[in-house]
Amino acid sequence: MATKTIMLGNEAIARGAYEAGVKLSSAYPGTPSTEISEYLAAYDEVYTEWAPNEKVAAEVAIGASISGVRSMACMKHVGLNVASDPLYTFSYTGVGGGAVIVVADDPGLASSQNEQDTRMIARAAHVPVLEPSDSQEAKDFVKLGYEISEKYDTPVILRTTTKLAHSQSAVELGDRVEVEDKKYERNVSKYVMMPASAIGRHLVVEDRENRLAEDASALSVNRTEMGDTKIGFITSGIAYQYVKEVCPEASVLKLGLVNPLPRKLIEEFISKVETVYVFEELEPVIEEQVRAWGFDVKGKELFTRQGEYSANLLRRVLFGKDEAVFEKQDAPARPPILCPGCPHRSVFSVLNKLKIHAAGDIGCYTLGAVAPLGVIDTTICMGASISSLHGMEKAKGKDYVKNWVAAIGDSTFLHTGINSLINMVYNKATGTVIILDNRTTGMTGHQDHAATGKTLKGEETYAIDLAALCRAVGVPNVIEVNAFDVKELEAVIKESVSSDVLTVIITKSPCVLLKGQKFPNRCEVDPDVCKKCGMCMKIGCPAMTRGADGKVKIDPTMCNGCGLCKNYCKFGAIKTVAKA
Amino acid sequence: MTKNIMIVGVGGQGTLLTSRIIGKAAMAMGYDVKISEVHGMAQRGGSVVTFVRFGEKVSEPVVEEGQADVIISFERLEALRYAHFLKKDGVLVVNDCRIDPMTVVIGAKTYPEGILETLGKDHTVRTIDAQAIALALGNSKVLNSVVLGYAASAIGFEKETWLDTIATTVPAKTVEINKKAFMLGYEA
Repeated sequence: MATKTIMLGNEAIARGAYEAGVKLSSAYPGTPSTEISEYLAAYDEVYTEWAPNEKVAAEVAIGASISGVRSMACMKHVGLNVASDPLYTFSYTGVGGGAVIVVADDPGLASSQNEQDTRMIARAAHVPVLEPSDSQEAKDFVKLGYEISEKYDTPVILRTTTKLAHSQSAVELGDRVEVEDKKYERNVSKYVMMPASAIGRHLVVEDRENRLAEDASALSVNRTEMGDTKIGFITSGIAYQYVKEVCPEASVLKLGLVNPLPRKLIEEFISKVETVYVFEELEPVIEEQVRAWGFDVKGKELFTRQGEYSANLLRRVLFGKDEAVFEKQDAPARPPILCPGCPHRSVFSVLNKLKIHAAGDIGCYTLGAVAPLGVIDTTICMGASISSLHGMEKAKGKDYVKNWVAAIGDSTFLHTGINSLINMVYNKATGTVIILDNRTTGMTGHQDHAATGKTLKGEETYAIDLAALCRAVGVPNVIEVNAFDVKELEAVIKESVSSDVLTVIITKSPCVLLKGQKFPNRCEVDPDVCKKCGMCMKIGCPAMTRGADGKVKIDPTMCNGCGLCKNYCKFGAIKTVAKA
Repeated sequence: MTKNIMIVGVGGQGTLLTSRIIGKAAMAMGYDVKISEVHGMAQRGGSVVTFVRFGEKVSEPVVEEGQADVIISFERLEALRYAHFLKKDGVLVVNDCRIDPMTVVIGAKTYPEGILETLGKDHTVRTIDAQAIALALGNSKVLNSVVLGYAASAIGFEKETWLDTIATTVPAKTVEINKKAFMLGYEA
C-alpha cells in the first residue's frame, strides 16, 4: 500500500521532482518558493544548489537539460523577471532532458513587492503552465510537467501561489523512477539561437503550442465535474478549492493546464451551462481568452484582481453575504518588525541619528522604512538600492547624495547588487553603499549564499570575501565595521557621505536568529536611574516598553542582549546582566 | 462536519509548530486535514495566523470569518483582532499575555484595555497564563505546549493522541518537557 502523509505544497513539489527522476535543481530563495529547494536537498539522488540569482538558476537548469537530464529551477514570481531572459529563449531551444521551472506567485503580498501574475509572462514566452490546487496535485503535476516537457520539447512552468505553497494536505508517496538521460547531440539549429536558427525555432514554438492546445482538451488534469447546470465555474489552482467549498453542487471545469487553454473543452462546458463564472486570482488570463473566443462569461467585473481570494468573497458575490457572525473589532496594527538583537537596527539607528536617507533593497532591512527608525526611502527590486542611488547622483550632482546611502544585504548584493556597484565604479560615482552583512539570506528563513562558506547541501565551500570583491571591481574605499559599534559606524558613515570617494561600508554582525549567534547577556533598565526621556525607545526595539510610571522596561524573554539600547541612554540606566 | 481551528499570535511565539501538532493529531485520528501556514516577512514579529481544518473531506486550507470552532490566541490583542472569525458558539482560548506592537511602543496607538472582558460579552473565552506555567517548568519556549494542552479539550481527541503527536513532532531533546507542559495546560 502506498504511504500517505501530510505535506506542505512546497515539500510535495520537491517530492514530485524526486519521484520524477530529476537530477539537478538550482534556485535562489524567495517566499513562497524557498522550501522546495530545502526539501529537495535532503534527497541524495538530486544535485541541488543555491544560485546567486534566478537567471543563473534557470541557466544552470537549461545546461543540465541540454546535457540530457531532467532538471528544475525554482523561484518566486519576481525571480522570474530576473530569469525571463533565459526563459524566453529556452522556449525557442526547447529541452534535452525535461525541464520544469517552478514559479511561486504571491497574491495578497505575504512577502513581496508586487502581485504580478506569472501566467502573463508564460503566455508571452509561449511556455506551458501547470497549476495544482493541493499538495497531492503539486506532486503529480511536477511529474506531468516532465512528461509534457519531453513530449512537446518545451520548458514547463509549474505555477503555485502562497496558499498552495504554504498549506499542508495529504499526499500519497511514490517511488523514484530513474529516467535514462537523453543522448546529447550537437544541434546548432536547436541550441544556438542566432537569427538563422531562431527564425526556424519560432515556427517550432508556434506549432508546439498549437499542438498542445489541441491535446489539452483530452488532458486528464483539465477536468469537467458536471453538476447543476444553472451555474458553472471555470477555475484553477487554489481558487478551485473555494468554489468546491461554496458551491459543491455547481458544475466546474477545473483547469490543471492553464496555458495553453483547452479551447474545445471550454467551449463544450460553456455550451452546457447557463451562467459561467471564471474564478481566477489576480489577472483575467483565462477570462480574456474565453471572451476573445466570443463567449459571454462573468469574471473580473465581479471578482477583484487584488489579493487572495476566499470562499467568503465568492459567497458575497453569489449570495450577497458571507458567513461572518461578528463585527471585526478595532485593534492596533501589528506589522512585522526587525527582531530584538537585529544588527540592521544598529545601522539604521545611526542613519536615523545622522538624518541620512537610504535607498533600500529587498530583505528584512526593508522594515527600516517604518517608524520609529524610518530611514529607508525606496524599495524597488533586488539590487536597485545601489543603482538608484547612482541615478540620483548622476541626475542631481554629487552634493545631492551627501545625505544618502544605499543599503543592501549580503545575499541581495551578490544577487544583482554587484552589477550596480560595477556601474558606480565605471561611471565615477562618489556615493556610499552600505552592505548589511548578516551572513545569511534572512527574510526567507536563513539560506546560505556564496559568501557564507556553506552550500545548500550543508557542505563546506569557498566563501566569497565581500570586501575583496568590492576592491577587485575597483571601489577605492572599502571599510569593514562591526554593525554594533555605533560610534565607529557614525564616524565612518559621516566621513564617507561627505567625501567625494566611492565608498562601500560593510557592516558585519550575524543575524541574531542564526544558530549559535546568541549574545551572552541581556539588558535591564535601572528604574532608579531612568529619566523617562525616551531616547532609547527611538531604536524601535520590540523588547522595550514603557511601564505605567513612564519608565522603560525591557522584556527579559524577548531581549537578546545586543546592548544597542545602552548606546542611546546618556544616563547609564541600562545595564547588562547575565541571562537567566 | 469539518472542524475549523485558528492559531493566532505574534511571529516567533510558536504558532506554526502548534498548528502542525494539531494537524498531525487530526491525521492520526484518520481525518482529511489541511493546514495553512505563514512564512516569510510576516513571521518577523508581526501578527500571524495559521489554520487547521479537519473532517471527512476538506477543500480550502483556510478558515474564514464566521467559521472558526476554536481560536487559540497566544496574545490578548491578537485574540481581539481575530475574534470575528468565530462561529456563533465558537470557543476562544487566550494566553493571557500582552506584547505591544510597534505602533503602541512608539505611542501612535494605545493597547486596548479590558480585551478579555470585551470579548467575553459575545464569546466563550477561556484564559490561561501559560507564560507563568512555562517559566515554572524552566523553559519559556514550551509556552505553546501549555496553551495547546489547555485548548485540547475544545478541539477533541484523546490525551494519548496528543502526547504521541507531540513526541513525534517536537525536537527529540524537548519531548519530555513539552509533554509535561502539555499536561499542565491540559489539567489547568
